[in-house]
Amino acid sequence: MFDLFTDYTLRTVALGAGILGIVSGVLGSFTVLRHQSLLGDAISHAALPGIVLAFLLTGSNEPLPLIVGAGVAGWLGTLLVRAIVRNTRIKNDGALGLVLSVFFGMGLMLLTYSQSRPDASQAGLDKFLFGQAAALLRNDVITIAILGGVAIVVVALFWKEFKLLSFDPEFGSVLGFRMGTIDVLLTTLVVIAIVIGLQTVGVVLMSAMVVAPGAAARQWTDRLGVMVCLSALFGALSGVTGALLSSTGARIPTGPMVVLSASAIVLLSLLFAPNRGLVWDKLRSRRVAISADPREQAGL
Amino acid sequence: MSEAQLEIQAIALVTAVACALPGAFLVLRRMALMTDAISHSILLGIVLAFFVVGSVGSPLLIVGAALMGIVTVVLVETLANTKRVGKDAAIGLVFPALFSIAVILIARFADDVHLDVDAVLLGELAFAPFERLAINGYDLGPRALWVMGVILVVNLAGLALFYKELKVATFDSALAAALGFSPVLVHYGLMGAVSVTAVGAFDAVGSVLVVALMIAPPATAYLLTDRLSRMIATSALIGAVTAIGGFWLAHWLDASIAGSMATTAGFIFGLAFLFARDRGLVALLRRRKRQRWEFAQEMLVVHLLHHEHGPDAEQENRVAHLQEGLRWEGEFTEEVVGRARRRGLVSLADGLLTLTDAGRDRARRSFAA
Repeated sequence: MFDLFTDYTLRTVALGAGILGIVSGVLGSFTVLRHQSLLGDAISHAALPGIVLAFLLTGSNEPLPLIVGAGVAGWLGTLLVRAIVRNTRIKNDGALGLVLSVFFGMGLMLLTYSQSRPDASQAGLDKFLFGQAAALLRNDVITIAILGGVAIVVVALFWKEFKLLSFDPEFGSVLGFRMGTIDVLLTTLVVIAIVIGLQTVGVVLMSAMVVAPGAAARQWTDRLGVMVCLSALFGALSGVTGALLSSTGARIPTGPMVVLSASAIVLLSLLFAPNRGLVWDKLRSRRVAISADPREQAGL
Repeated sequence: MSEAQLEIQAIALVTAVACALPGAFLVLRRMALMTDAISHSILLGIVLAFFVVGSVGSPLLIVGAALMGIVTVVLVETLANTKRVGKDAAIGLVFPALFSIAVILIARFADDVHLDVDAVLLGELAFAPFERLAINGYDLGPRALWVMGVILVVNLAGLALFYKELKVATFDSALAAALGFSPVLVHYGLMGAVSVTAVGAFDAVGSVLVVALMIAPPATAYLLTDRLSRMIATSALIGAVTAIGGFWLAHWLDASIAGSMATTAGFIFGLAFLFARDRGLVALLRRRKRQRWEFAQEMLVVHLLHHEHGPDAEQENRVAHLQEGLRWEGEFTEEVVGRARRRGLVSLADGLLTLTDAGRDRARRSFAA
């Protein structure tokens, strides 16, 4: 545990995962409330062709061009999902599944195509697939912190608008807000939160990071402000815990450990959160059953 | 074409068709993302079965994986039924957790065995012909072809036997319950089929392509037809085209077959999305445009009828006045008047519009409606 203060690599990884947890926790609150939890899944898969193309075009492994490529592709993916849902009778789930699998397949095709050419070197791309938190460098953490910080500042600036969007978009448009634009802005922030996390937890598991902290925080409160703060806290907690746990033994990948920590927080919240906790529910219904017992009512 | 190429195409074809059959119902029942969840969490089933059996080749691995698919469905539904999280969040919580456990188990205990996370996710169809099914030393062909062939036959049989039940439960689950067959049973039967198909398919083509093959061809077919039977047949056909087209695309680019098949599936969907006869984007835009002109002409004749024989008809029914009376742009007015004249709804003399009999009729009808 004390390694956190002495071990440089571990500190970098824990810091990166923690910041990532905060950012995805904040934006995940909104996706959970808007029933768009699986949008994250689609965005993270859809990012792959962008990463590969950015790599092919710039030939660099620097985090920023790859993140930009991922962001553009993920963003295009969400626009396509919206276009499909609006113009066909295919529902949200079908559009998400379609976009995520086709984009990912395209990325895979581009990746293998680039690898099959003689001049190719593609080191660094695999870690976007499955995440390689252990390889996180100081530079990566700085990139994560800056982009994530910008995203959080934007959330703070547009707090009222995002609140309206999450709870009553019709009312928002009556008040004169451009809800369509606000929706695109929030989605863009979700895309940012996801692409900065790809390198740490990977394409497959990043989707969990925008669902789990928000879903856990939702159990504890009915207020948006409290929920977003709690969600950020849970996200940071899972990031740091996951990084620490994976450092306790050899060959424990960080990404999955972060996701499992988040899952554990969700489970505990579902069971024990005040008011909404399932355990209290069970106890309450038993108490009701006992008090409805006729013998007790008869004073026996 | 070499024998290996033929075999790869045969495997791809059988897999694509086997996936398209249950996929059609998933798209209709809005459960498309369940395939995503199942295709990831079966990895845990395979790992656990591997620990029990101790070998990678055992058919018990497929059983374990299929069971984990069902467990995933049950977990998602249990979680959603608590009403504490939405159904979408339930899916997004369950499968990453199961997948994480599988990845950790593999990394920790099975790293030296042939249980490769990359291979599971991405698949490599090009290697499928190397795994042969042999009985008494006699080579019967690629193992994947047999596995997917059996799964295809089972899916076809299930579809033929329970077509009516599936249809009613999909479109009207209340009626299904009233008729006496449980929608829950149909649901789990379908999920079982999805699970088994995904397990068989991911071995050959990887889990992400399973999602592409189960969703893209049925979603495309959904844009092309209104009949369930035709939709299923079209899905299977599109799946077959995807398989062969994807193979040759991969061959040409020297790239992953699974990725190329998914890309082909997306391309075919894109074509249908743009150009489908009734539901394509082009047809949709054209229809919207036509409706705009129709509506404008209707407004014009109603306006003319309203002021006809009135004291202000001389002034109101002038082309020049429409700009003010109906708030139309000049060019737009010209176009509408032109269209209405060509259709014989109005006649124009010295800038004054008069209704023809047909125009008057049309205006009255729009009042009646």
